[in-house]
Amino acid sequence: MIKSFITLLSGFIFALGLGISGMIYPQKVISFLDLFGNWDPSLAFVMIGAIGVHLIGYKFISKKSKSILGSDFKVPSNKNPIDKKLIIGSSLFGIGWGLGGFCPGPALVSAVGLSQETLFFILFMIIGSFITKLPIFTKSLNT
Amino acid sequence: MSHDFLLALIGGVLIGLAANLMLVFNGHVTGISGILNKTLSLKNTLNSKNFKDLKHEKLWPLLFILGLFLGGVLIFYPNSLKTETYSMPLLRICIAGLLVGFGTTLGNGCTSGHGVCGLSRFSKRSLAATLCFMLAGILTVAIFGGVK
Repeated sequence: MIKSFITLLSGFIFALGLGISGMIYPQKVISFLDLFGNWDPSLAFVMIGAIGVHLIGYKFISKKSKSILGSDFKVPSNKNPIDKKLIIGSSLFGIGWGLGGFCPGPALVSAVGLSQETLFFILFMIIGSFITKLPIFTKSLNT
Repeated sequence: MSHDFLLALIGGVLIGLAANLMLVFNGHVTGISGILNKTLSLKNTLNSKNFKDLKHEKLWPLLFILGLFLGGVLIFYPNSLKTETYSMPLLRICIAGLLVGFGTTLGNGCTSGHGVCGLSRFSKRSLAATLCFMLAGILTVAIFGGVK
């Protein structure tokens, strides 16, 4: 019960962070990526703030074997290799991010605004995610 | 302009706090694309016979997304924050969504999973991913145009 409350609270605070920072405005995100045009560097501070604070979280758990509420840590290993899937996937994501100005978090938060554009973005994001899991892609890219 | 920098920093700190809550209390990483994918495959879990043990370990991705929606309600409805309309052709939005969904699932992460969580634990994989999506995003805006 407490775990569920923490999860709900974490999602809530995460959404407020995305809202206050400006990450939920596609035009602002596109301006952040517009290095060679009308560049708006402000969103770089979202990453600085988030990493600055989250570093402390990782520092805190480095000496622990279980979370405060007794769960195992499900943190991806830093030893996983850099592979083709990571490079191709992240680059394609970047193209979509530059085209639409949305990454998954801000898109989901904006879903409650119920605009047609946002809902279409989310629908196609989910379709894209399902396509990745089709056997042709999982086979050909698993090298 | 400096106002924007401050808001971005405050927003970033909140995101870091939310990620800390999840990590320190529940042991989970807050990568939104991963959370979305886990939620989408939750159907299989719920259809299975062991419907009884609806534990936090299974339901947390759905709860986290509910939390995101609750935050979204606070942002969008009292108009406490100005919300802009999304003005671009629907086709561009659909292609963007498709690429974001495909790419983050293939690359196992997005701006939060790689950009915030991964970089905070000095993962080389996440550094490579972050460089890829930043560069690809910058090139895409350079080619297809920014905001007029």
